Amino acid sequence: MSAAIPYGLCSAVLVGLGLFGLITHPQPLRKILAFNLIGSGVFLLFGVIARRGAAVGFGGDPVPQALVITGLVVAFAGTALAVALLLRLVDETRRGTLRDE
Amino acid sequence: MSLALNGLTIVAVCAGAFFFLAGTVGLLRFPDALSRLHALTKADNLGLGLVVLGLLFQVGGVFAALKLIGVWLLTLLAAATVSQLLARAARASGPHE
Amino acid sequence: MALAFDIVLVLLILGVATWTISARDTFAAVVGFIGFGLVLALAWVCLAAPDVALTEAAIGSGLTGGLLVGASARLRRTETTSGETPSISLRLSAGVVCTFISAGLAAIVLELPGKAPTLAPQVAANLAMIGLDNPVTAVLMAYRAVDTLLEVVVLLLVLGGIWSLAPDHLWGGSPGSRHLAGPDGVLPFVAQLLVPVGILVGIHIFWIGSVAPGGEFQGATILAAMWILATMAGLVDMPAVSRRWLRLLLVAGSAVFFAVGFAGFAMAGAFLAYPEAYAKLLILIIEIPLTLSIAATLALLVAGPPERAPQE
Repeated sequence: MSAAIPYGLCSAVLVGLGLFGLITHPQPLRKILAFNLIGSGVFLLFGVIARRGAAVGFGGDPVPQALVITGLVVAFAGTALAVALLLRLVDETRRGTLRDE
Repeated sequence: MSLALNGLTIVAVCAGAFFFLAGTVGLLRFPDALSRLHALTKADNLGLGLVVLGLLFQVGGVFAALKLIGVWLLTLLAAATVSQLLARAARASGPHE
Repeated sequence: MALAFDIVLVLLILGVATWTISARDTFAAVVGFIGFGLVLALAWVCLAAPDVALTEAAIGSGLTGGLLVGASARLRRTETTSGETPSISLRLSAGVVCTFISAGLAAIVLELPGKAPTLAPQVAANLAMIGLDNPVTAVLMAYRAVDTLLEVVVLLLVLGGIWSLAPDHLWGGSPGSRHLAGPDGVLPFVAQLLVPVGILVGIHIFWIGSVAPGGEFQGATILAAMWILATMAGLVDMPAVSRRWLRLLLVAGSAVFFAVGFAGFAMAGAFLAYPEAYAKLLILIIEIPLTLSIAATLALLVAGPPERAPQE
Protein backbone atom coordinates (compact mmCIF):
# COMPACT_ATOMS: atom_id res chain seq x y z
CA MET A 1 0.00 0.00 0.00
CA SER A 2 1.76 3.10 -1.21
CA ALA A 3 0.08 5.23 1.42
CA ALA A 4 2.62 4.16 4.02
CA ILE A 5 5.72 4.82 1.89
CA PRO A 6 6.43 8.31 3.35
CA TYR A 7 6.50 6.79 6.84
CA GLY A 8 8.82 4.04 5.65
CA LEU A 9 11.29 6.59 4.32
CA CYS A 10 10.85 8.56 7.55
CA SER A 11 11.81 5.48 9.56
CA ALA A 12 14.94 4.98 7.46
CA VAL A 13 16.04 8.58 8.06
CA LEU A 14 15.23 8.30 11.77
CA VAL A 15 17.47 5.24 12.12
CA GLY A 16 20.29 7.09 10.35
CA LEU A 17 19.81 10.23 12.47
CA GLY A 18 19.72 8.24 15.69
CA LEU A 19 22.85 6.30 14.75
CA PHE A 20 24.65 9.55 13.94
CA GLY A 21 23.68 11.01 17.31
CA LEU A 22 24.71 7.81 19.08
CA ILE A 23 28.20 7.90 17.53
CA THR A 24 28.98 11.59 17.72
CA HIS A 25 27.60 12.76 21.06
CA PRO A 26 30.01 12.34 23.97
CA GLN A 27 27.40 12.84 26.70
CA PRO A 28 25.71 9.57 27.71
CA LEU A 29 22.25 11.12 28.06
CA ARG A 30 22.37 12.32 24.45
CA LYS A 31 23.40 8.80 23.44
CA ILE A 32 20.35 7.43 25.26
CA LEU A 33 18.14 9.94 23.42
CA ALA A 34 19.66 8.95 20.07
CA PHE A 35 19.19 5.28 20.89
CA ASN A 36 15.51 5.96 21.55
CA LEU A 37 15.35 7.63 18.16
CA ILE A 38 16.72 4.49 16.51
CA GLY A 39 14.10 2.47 18.35
CA SER A 40 11.32 4.79 17.20
CA GLY A 41 12.51 4.42 13.62
CA VAL A 42 12.46 0.64 13.82
CA PHE A 43 8.98 0.69 15.39
CA LEU A 44 7.78 2.98 12.61
CA LEU A 45 9.08 0.45 10.08
CA PHE A 46 7.01 -2.20 11.86
CA GLY A 47 4.04 0.14 11.60
CA VAL A 48 4.53 0.49 7.85
CA ILE A 49 4.59 -3.28 7.50
CA ALA A 50 1.45 -3.51 9.64
CA ARG A 51 -0.29 -0.90 7.49
CA ARG A 52 0.55 -2.81 4.35
CA GLY A 53 -1.11 -5.87 5.86
CA ALA A 54 -4.53 -4.26 6.06
CA ALA A 55 -7.24 -6.79 5.24
CA VAL A 56 -10.73 -8.00 6.25
CA GLY A 57 -11.84 -4.59 7.47
CA PHE A 58 -8.89 -3.93 9.81
CA GLY A 59 -6.86 -0.82 9.16
CA GLY A 60 -3.65 -2.74 9.66
CA ASP A 61 -2.27 -6.16 10.53
CA PRO A 62 -2.74 -6.42 14.31
CA VAL A 63 0.22 -8.74 15.01
CA PRO A 64 3.02 -6.23 14.21
CA GLN A 65 1.06 -3.56 16.07
CA ALA A 66 0.98 -5.73 19.19
CA LEU A 67 4.72 -6.38 18.77
CA VAL A 68 5.33 -2.63 18.62
CA ILE A 69 3.32 -2.05 21.81
CA THR A 70 5.42 -4.68 23.58
CA GLY A 71 8.55 -3.11 22.11
CA LEU A 72 7.61 0.38 23.29
CA VAL A 73 7.14 -0.80 26.87
CA VAL A 74 10.40 -2.75 26.89
CA ALA A 75 12.24 0.20 25.30
CA PHE A 76 11.00 2.43 28.09
CA ALA A 77 12.20 -0.09 30.66
CA GLY A 78 15.60 -0.20 28.94
CA THR A 79 15.79 3.59 28.97
CA ALA A 80 14.93 3.64 32.68
CA LEU A 81 17.73 1.17 33.43
CA ALA A 82 20.20 3.12 31.28
CA VAL A 83 19.31 6.38 33.02
CA ALA A 84 19.65 4.79 36.46
CA LEU A 85 23.08 3.41 35.51
CA LEU A 86 24.12 6.82 34.21
CA LEU A 87 22.99 8.62 37.36
CA ARG A 88 24.85 6.13 39.54
CA LEU A 89 27.97 6.58 37.39
CA VAL A 90 27.76 10.34 37.79
CA ASP A 91 27.28 9.97 41.53
CA GLU A 92 30.37 7.77 41.79
CA THR A 93 32.74 9.59 39.47
CA ARG A 94 31.43 13.19 39.79
CA ARG A 95 31.80 13.50 36.01
CA GLY A 96 29.31 12.84 33.22
CA THR A 97 31.59 11.18 30.75
CA LEU A 98 32.15 7.61 29.63
CA ARG A 99 35.88 7.96 29.15
CA ASP A 100 38.31 6.41 31.62
CA GLU A 101 40.60 8.94 33.24
CA MET B 1 -26.81 20.66 6.34
CA SER B 2 -23.57 18.78 6.38
CA LEU B 3 -22.09 21.40 4.07
CA ALA B 4 -22.89 24.11 6.60
CA LEU B 5 -21.44 21.99 9.40
CA ASN B 6 -18.26 21.35 7.42
CA GLY B 7 -17.97 25.06 6.68
CA LEU B 8 -18.32 25.92 10.38
CA THR B 9 -15.71 23.31 11.24
CA ILE B 10 -13.25 24.72 8.72
CA VAL B 11 -13.78 28.28 9.97
CA ALA B 12 -13.39 27.34 13.63
CA VAL B 13 -10.34 25.12 13.09
CA CYS B 14 -8.66 27.79 10.95
CA ALA B 15 -9.29 30.39 13.65
CA GLY B 16 -7.84 28.02 16.24
CA ALA B 17 -4.82 27.41 14.02
CA PHE B 18 -4.33 31.17 13.73
CA PHE B 19 -4.23 31.47 17.52
CA PHE B 20 -1.71 28.63 17.67
CA LEU B 21 0.38 30.47 15.09
CA ALA B 22 0.17 33.67 17.11
CA GLY B 23 1.18 31.82 20.26
CA THR B 24 4.17 30.24 18.53
CA VAL B 25 5.28 33.60 17.12
CA GLY B 26 5.02 35.03 20.62
CA LEU B 27 7.05 32.11 22.01
CA LEU B 28 9.83 32.77 19.53
CA ARG B 29 9.86 36.56 19.60
CA PHE B 30 9.07 37.69 23.12
CA PRO B 31 12.07 38.61 25.24
CA ASP B 32 11.54 36.83 28.53
CA ALA B 33 9.82 33.85 30.08
CA LEU B 34 6.79 35.61 31.55
CA SER B 35 5.69 37.23 28.30
CA ARG B 36 6.27 33.97 26.46
CA LEU B 37 3.95 32.25 28.94
CA HIS B 38 1.41 34.97 28.23
CA ALA B 39 1.59 34.21 24.50
CA LEU B 40 1.34 30.47 25.02
CA THR B 41 -1.77 30.89 27.16
CA LYS B 42 -3.59 32.34 24.18
CA ALA B 43 -2.65 29.32 22.10
CA ASP B 44 -3.75 26.84 24.71
CA ASN B 45 -7.04 28.36 25.79
CA LEU B 46 -8.43 30.04 22.71
CA GLY B 47 -6.68 28.04 20.02
CA LEU B 48 -7.51 24.64 21.41
CA GLY B 49 -10.99 25.80 22.38
CA LEU B 50 -11.75 26.90 18.82
CA VAL B 51 -10.35 23.66 17.39
CA VAL B 52 -12.51 21.65 19.80
CA LEU B 53 -15.51 23.81 18.89
CA GLY B 54 -14.92 23.11 15.23
CA LEU B 55 -14.63 19.37 15.87
CA LEU B 56 -17.85 19.36 17.91
CA PHE B 57 -19.77 19.81 14.68
CA GLN B 58 -18.28 16.64 13.26
CA VAL B 59 -18.84 14.08 16.00
CA GLY B 60 -21.98 12.01 16.28
CA GLY B 61 -23.43 11.60 19.73
CA VAL B 62 -23.36 13.43 23.03
CA PHE B 63 -20.70 11.28 24.67
CA ALA B 64 -18.08 11.97 22.04
CA ALA B 65 -18.81 15.70 22.30
CA LEU B 66 -18.48 15.53 26.09
CA LYS B 67 -15.17 13.72 25.69
CA LEU B 68 -13.86 16.46 23.40
CA ILE B 69 -14.87 19.16 25.88
CA GLY B 70 -13.28 17.09 28.64
CA VAL B 71 -10.03 17.05 26.64
CA TRP B 72 -10.14 20.84 26.39
CA LEU B 73 -10.82 21.28 30.12
CA LEU B 74 -8.04 18.89 31.13
CA THR B 75 -5.59 20.67 28.82
CA LEU B 76 -6.65 23.99 30.35
CA LEU B 77 -5.95 22.60 33.81
CA ALA B 78 -2.56 21.23 32.82
CA ALA B 79 -1.57 24.42 30.99
CA ALA B 80 -2.64 26.63 33.89
CA THR B 81 -0.66 24.52 36.36
CA VAL B 82 2.47 24.49 34.23
CA SER B 83 2.21 28.23 33.58
CA GLN B 84 1.96 28.92 37.33
CA LEU B 85 4.96 26.72 38.10
CA LEU B 86 7.06 28.16 35.27
CA ALA B 87 6.14 31.72 36.23
CA ARG B 88 7.11 31.12 39.86
CA ALA B 89 10.39 29.60 38.78
CA ALA B 90 11.04 32.49 36.37
CA ARG B 91 10.29 35.07 39.02
CA ALA B 92 12.50 33.26 41.53
CA SER B 93 15.43 33.19 39.16
CA GLY B 94 15.37 36.97 38.78
CA PRO B 95 14.47 39.52 36.11
CA HIS B 96 17.36 38.53 33.86
CA GLU B 97 17.16 35.19 32.02
CA MET C 1 -4.65 14.96 -0.23
CA ALA C 2 -3.86 12.46 2.46
CA LEU C 3 -0.45 12.04 0.87
CA ALA C 4 0.25 15.77 1.26
CA PHE C 5 -0.66 15.55 4.94
CA ASP C 6 1.57 12.48 5.33
CA ILE C 7 4.51 14.26 3.74
CA VAL C 8 4.07 17.35 5.92
CA LEU C 9 3.85 15.16 9.02
CA VAL C 10 6.98 13.23 8.02
CA LEU C 11 8.88 16.48 7.48
CA LEU C 12 7.75 17.69 10.89
CA ILE C 13 8.86 14.43 12.52
CA LEU C 14 12.27 14.60 10.85
CA GLY C 15 12.64 18.27 11.75
CA VAL C 16 12.00 17.65 15.44
CA ALA C 17 14.27 14.57 15.37
CA THR C 18 17.07 16.60 13.77
CA TRP C 19 16.66 19.24 16.45
CA THR C 20 16.82 16.58 19.17
CA ILE C 21 20.12 15.33 17.77
CA SER C 22 21.67 18.73 17.10
CA ALA C 23 20.55 20.85 20.05
CA ARG C 24 23.38 22.24 22.17
CA ASP C 25 21.71 22.03 25.53
CA THR C 26 20.75 18.60 26.84
CA PHE C 27 17.53 19.89 28.38
CA ALA C 28 16.48 21.35 25.01
CA ALA C 29 17.17 17.98 23.38
CA VAL C 30 15.00 16.22 25.98
CA VAL C 31 12.13 18.66 25.38
CA GLY C 32 12.55 18.06 21.66
CA PHE C 33 12.34 14.34 22.30
CA ILE C 34 9.04 14.73 24.16
CA GLY C 35 7.63 16.74 21.24
CA PHE C 36 8.97 14.13 18.83
CA GLY C 37 7.07 11.42 20.69
CA LEU C 38 3.81 13.35 20.46
CA VAL C 39 4.17 14.01 16.71
CA LEU C 40 5.07 10.35 16.25
CA ALA C 41 1.78 9.45 17.95
CA LEU C 42 0.04 11.41 15.17
CA ALA C 43 1.96 9.33 12.64
CA TRP C 44 0.71 6.17 14.31
CA VAL C 45 -2.87 7.39 13.95
CA CYS C 46 -2.22 7.96 10.25
CA LEU C 47 -0.89 4.40 10.04
CA ALA C 48 -4.28 3.15 11.35
CA ALA C 49 -2.77 1.97 14.67
CA PRO C 50 -4.63 3.89 17.43
CA ASP C 51 -3.54 1.48 20.20
CA VAL C 52 0.09 2.07 19.32
CA ALA C 53 -0.56 5.82 19.16
CA LEU C 54 -1.96 5.73 22.72
CA THR C 55 1.04 3.72 23.93
CA GLU C 56 3.54 5.98 22.16
CA ALA C 57 2.00 9.15 23.57
CA ALA C 58 1.71 7.72 27.09
CA ILE C 59 4.88 5.66 27.52
CA GLY C 60 7.17 6.69 24.67
CA SER C 61 6.65 10.42 25.14
CA GLY C 62 5.10 10.86 28.58
CA LEU C 63 6.87 8.48 30.95
CA THR C 64 10.18 8.47 29.06
CA GLY C 65 10.04 12.26 28.88
CA GLY C 66 9.45 12.57 32.61
CA LEU C 67 12.36 10.21 33.28
CA LEU C 68 14.70 12.09 30.95
CA VAL C 69 13.72 15.55 32.26
CA GLY C 70 14.57 14.46 35.79
CA ALA C 71 17.85 12.93 34.62
CA SER C 72 18.89 16.00 32.61
CA ALA C 73 18.17 18.24 35.60
CA ARG C 74 20.42 16.11 37.80
CA LEU C 75 23.12 15.97 35.15
CA ARG C 76 23.14 19.72 34.61
CA ARG C 77 26.09 20.31 36.88
CA THR C 78 28.26 17.84 34.93
CA GLU C 79 27.48 19.46 31.59
CA THR C 80 30.42 21.84 31.69
CA THR C 81 32.97 19.31 32.87
CA SER C 82 32.55 16.98 29.89
CA GLY C 83 34.24 19.28 27.42
CA GLU C 84 35.00 16.77 24.73
CA THR C 85 33.70 17.58 21.28
CA PRO C 86 33.84 15.05 18.47
CA SER C 87 36.32 15.75 15.73
CA ILE C 88 35.29 16.70 12.22
CA SER C 89 36.65 13.44 10.78
CA LEU C 90 34.55 11.40 13.23
CA ARG C 91 31.45 13.37 12.30
CA LEU C 92 32.11 12.99 8.57
CA SER C 93 32.74 9.26 8.71
CA ALA C 94 29.73 8.74 11.00
CA GLY C 95 27.62 10.79 8.60
CA VAL C 96 28.73 8.69 5.64
CA VAL C 97 28.03 5.41 7.44
CA CYS C 98 24.62 6.60 8.64
CA THR C 99 23.68 7.83 5.18
CA PHE C 100 24.52 4.41 3.76
CA ILE C 101 22.41 2.68 6.41
CA SER C 102 19.50 5.04 5.84
CA ALA C 103 19.74 4.58 2.09
CA GLY C 104 19.77 0.82 2.51
CA LEU C 105 16.68 0.89 4.70
CA ALA C 106 14.92 3.25 2.30
CA ALA C 107 15.73 0.92 -0.60
CA ILE C 108 14.25 -1.98 1.35
CA VAL C 109 11.10 0.04 2.05
CA LEU C 110 10.72 0.97 -1.62
CA GLU C 111 11.39 -2.58 -2.79
CA LEU C 112 8.76 -4.19 -0.58
CA PRO C 113 6.64 -6.62 -2.64
CA GLY C 114 3.28 -5.38 -3.84
CA LYS C 115 1.24 -8.14 -2.22
CA ALA C 116 1.96 -7.87 1.48
CA PRO C 117 1.72 -10.98 3.65
CA THR C 118 -0.66 -10.50 6.53
CA LEU C 119 -2.04 -12.35 9.52
CA ALA C 120 -5.21 -10.25 9.70
CA PRO C 121 -7.52 -12.92 8.27
CA GLN C 122 -6.38 -15.48 10.84
CA VAL C 123 -6.83 -12.93 13.63
CA ALA C 124 -10.31 -12.03 12.42
CA ALA C 125 -11.38 -15.64 12.00
CA ASN C 126 -11.12 -16.51 15.68
CA LEU C 127 -11.95 -13.11 17.16
CA ALA C 128 -15.58 -13.93 17.88
CA MET C 129 -14.60 -17.11 19.69
CA ILE C 130 -12.39 -15.19 22.09
CA GLY C 131 -15.08 -12.61 22.74
CA LEU C 132 -12.98 -9.50 22.11
CA ASP C 133 -13.59 -6.86 19.48
CA ASN C 134 -10.20 -5.16 19.52
CA PRO C 135 -7.83 -7.28 17.42
CA VAL C 136 -4.68 -5.85 18.99
CA THR C 137 -5.87 -6.76 22.49
CA ALA C 138 -6.77 -10.20 21.18
CA VAL C 139 -3.23 -10.62 19.84
CA LEU C 140 -1.70 -9.35 23.08
CA MET C 141 -3.83 -11.43 25.45
CA ALA C 142 -4.85 -14.49 23.48
CA TYR C 143 -2.81 -15.21 20.36
CA ARG C 144 0.56 -14.05 21.69
CA ALA C 145 -0.12 -14.09 25.40
CA VAL C 146 3.28 -15.67 26.07
CA ASP C 147 4.94 -12.52 24.70
CA THR C 148 2.94 -10.36 27.09
CA LEU C 149 3.79 -12.64 30.01
CA LEU C 150 7.50 -12.49 29.22
CA GLU C 151 7.29 -8.73 28.77
CA VAL C 152 5.85 -8.29 32.26
CA VAL C 153 8.61 -10.51 33.66
CA VAL C 154 11.20 -8.37 31.83
CA LEU C 155 9.69 -5.26 33.44
CA LEU C 156 10.10 -6.83 36.86
CA LEU C 157 13.69 -7.83 36.10
CA VAL C 158 14.51 -4.28 35.01
CA LEU C 159 12.94 -2.95 38.19
CA GLY C 160 15.11 -5.32 40.21
CA GLY C 161 18.12 -4.13 38.25
CA ILE C 162 17.32 -0.50 39.00
CA TRP C 163 16.80 -1.22 42.71
CA SER C 164 20.15 -2.99 42.83
CA LEU C 165 21.85 0.25 41.80
CA ALA C 166 21.25 1.80 45.21
CA PRO C 167 24.26 2.17 47.52
CA ASP C 168 24.42 -0.48 50.21
CA HIS C 169 23.27 1.70 53.07
CA LEU C 170 20.16 2.74 51.15
CA TRP C 171 19.17 -0.77 50.19
CA GLY C 172 15.43 -1.28 50.50
CA GLY C 173 14.66 2.40 51.09
CA SER C 174 12.26 4.80 49.37
CA PRO C 175 12.92 6.11 45.87
CA GLY C 176 13.15 9.83 45.29
CA SER C 177 13.31 12.65 47.78
CA ARG C 178 10.45 13.62 50.01
CA HIS C 179 8.30 16.24 48.32
CA LEU C 180 6.60 18.57 50.76
CA ALA C 181 3.13 19.89 50.01
CA GLY C 182 3.20 23.66 50.57
CA PRO C 183 -0.04 25.26 51.78
CA ASP C 184 -0.43 27.49 48.74
CA GLY C 185 1.08 25.03 46.36
CA VAL C 186 -0.20 24.79 42.83
CA LEU C 187 0.85 21.19 42.42
CA PRO C 188 -1.09 19.79 45.43
CA PHE C 189 -4.24 21.60 44.30
CA VAL C 190 -3.97 20.25 40.80
CA ALA C 191 -3.08 16.79 42.05
CA GLN C 192 -6.14 16.67 44.30
CA LEU C 193 -8.26 17.70 41.33
CA LEU C 194 -6.64 15.60 38.64
CA VAL C 195 -5.76 12.30 40.32
CA PRO C 196 -9.35 11.07 40.79
CA VAL C 197 -10.20 12.03 37.20
CA GLY C 198 -7.01 10.40 35.97
CA ILE C 199 -7.70 7.16 37.81
CA LEU C 200 -11.17 7.10 36.23
CA VAL C 201 -9.74 7.75 32.78
CA GLY C 202 -7.11 5.04 33.29
CA ILE C 203 -9.66 2.44 34.35
CA HIS C 204 -11.88 3.47 31.42
CA ILE C 205 -9.11 3.07 28.87
CA PHE C 206 -8.18 -0.31 30.34
CA TRP C 207 -11.79 -1.48 30.28
CA ILE C 208 -12.60 -0.21 26.82
CA GLY C 209 -9.57 -2.03 25.42
CA SER C 210 -11.63 -5.12 24.73
CA VAL C 211 -13.86 -3.39 22.17
CA ALA C 212 -12.07 -0.18 21.15
CA PRO C 213 -8.49 1.12 21.05
CA GLY C 214 -7.05 0.91 24.53
CA GLY C 215 -5.95 -1.88 26.77
CA GLU C 216 -4.11 -2.64 29.95
CA PHE C 217 -0.77 -1.03 29.06
CA GLN C 218 -2.26 2.32 28.19
CA GLY C 219 -4.58 2.31 31.22
CA ALA C 220 -1.75 1.21 33.51
CA THR C 221 0.41 4.07 32.24
CA ILE C 222 -2.25 6.61 33.17
CA LEU C 223 -2.62 5.06 36.63
CA ALA C 224 1.17 5.14 37.06
CA ALA C 225 1.24 8.80 35.98
CA MET C 226 -1.41 9.65 38.58
CA TRP C 227 0.66 7.97 41.30
CA ILE C 228 3.75 9.87 40.18
CA LEU C 229 1.76 13.13 40.19
CA ALA C 230 0.51 12.44 43.70
CA THR C 231 4.06 11.79 44.94
CA MET C 232 5.46 14.86 43.20
CA ALA C 233 2.77 16.99 44.81
CA GLY C 234 3.63 15.56 48.21
CA LEU C 235 0.19 14.05 48.77
CA VAL C 236 1.59 10.54 49.23
CA ASP C 237 5.10 9.35 49.87
CA MET C 238 6.83 6.74 47.77
CA PRO C 239 6.84 3.57 49.87
CA ALA C 240 10.07 1.81 50.80
CA VAL C 241 10.83 -0.81 48.18
CA SER C 242 11.20 -3.45 50.87
CA ARG C 243 7.54 -3.17 51.85
CA ARG C 244 5.75 -6.45 51.51
CA TRP C 245 2.51 -5.03 50.08
CA LEU C 246 4.43 -3.25 47.36
CA ARG C 247 6.29 -6.37 46.34
CA LEU C 248 3.08 -8.42 46.39
CA LEU C 249 1.42 -5.80 44.19
CA LEU C 250 4.30 -5.95 41.73
CA VAL C 251 4.32 -9.72 41.29
CA ALA C 252 0.55 -10.20 41.48
CA GLY C 253 0.05 -9.65 37.76
CA SER C 254 2.69 -12.09 36.55
CA ALA C 255 1.77 -14.61 39.26
CA VAL C 256 -1.86 -14.71 38.12
CA PHE C 257 -0.70 -14.83 34.51
CA PHE C 258 1.53 -17.83 35.24
CA ALA C 259 -1.25 -19.52 37.24
CA VAL C 260 -3.73 -19.20 34.38
CA GLY C 261 -1.02 -20.39 32.04
CA PHE C 262 -0.32 -23.54 33.98
CA ALA C 263 -4.04 -24.10 34.48
CA GLY C 264 -4.26 -24.08 30.70
CA PHE C 265 -2.57 -27.49 30.73
CA ALA C 266 -5.50 -28.91 32.68
CA MET C 267 -8.23 -27.00 30.89
CA ALA C 268 -7.24 -26.99 27.23
CA GLY C 269 -4.06 -28.97 26.84
CA ALA C 270 -1.31 -26.33 26.42
CA PHE C 271 0.38 -23.48 28.29
CA LEU C 272 -1.86 -20.40 28.31
CA ALA C 273 -4.52 -22.14 26.24
CA TYR C 274 -8.04 -20.91 26.96
CA PRO C 275 -11.05 -23.22 26.77
CA GLU C 276 -13.52 -21.78 24.31
CA ALA C 277 -16.34 -20.92 26.70
CA TYR C 278 -14.16 -19.21 29.31
CA ALA C 279 -11.71 -17.27 27.16
CA LYS C 280 -13.08 -13.81 27.94
CA LEU C 281 -13.42 -14.58 31.65
CA LEU C 282 -9.85 -15.88 31.88
CA ILE C 283 -8.51 -12.87 30.01
CA LEU C 284 -10.34 -10.61 32.45
CA ILE C 285 -8.95 -12.55 35.43
CA ILE C 286 -5.46 -11.99 34.04
CA GLU C 287 -5.96 -8.38 33.01
CA ILE C 288 -7.14 -6.82 36.26
CA PRO C 289 -4.14 -7.70 38.47
CA LEU C 290 -1.89 -7.24 35.44
CA THR C 291 -2.99 -3.63 35.01
CA LEU C 292 -2.38 -2.85 38.67
CA SER C 293 1.02 -4.55 38.63
CA ILE C 294 2.14 -2.80 35.47
CA ALA C 295 0.98 0.55 36.85
CA ALA C 296 3.06 0.05 40.00
CA THR C 297 6.05 -1.20 37.98
CA LEU C 298 6.00 1.74 35.58
CA ALA C 299 5.69 4.27 38.40
CA LEU C 300 8.61 2.68 40.26
CA LEU C 301 10.68 2.56 37.07
CA VAL C 302 10.30 6.32 36.76
CA ALA C 303 10.99 6.86 40.47
CA GLY C 304 14.37 5.16 40.21
CA PRO C 305 16.60 3.50 42.77
CA PRO C 306 16.09 4.04 46.51
CA GLU C 307 17.52 7.31 47.79
CA ARG C 308 16.36 7.38 51.36
CA ALA C 309 17.26 4.83 53.97
CA PRO C 310 14.48 2.53 55.14
CA GLN C 311 12.84 3.64 58.37
CA GLU C 312 13.39 0.52 60.39
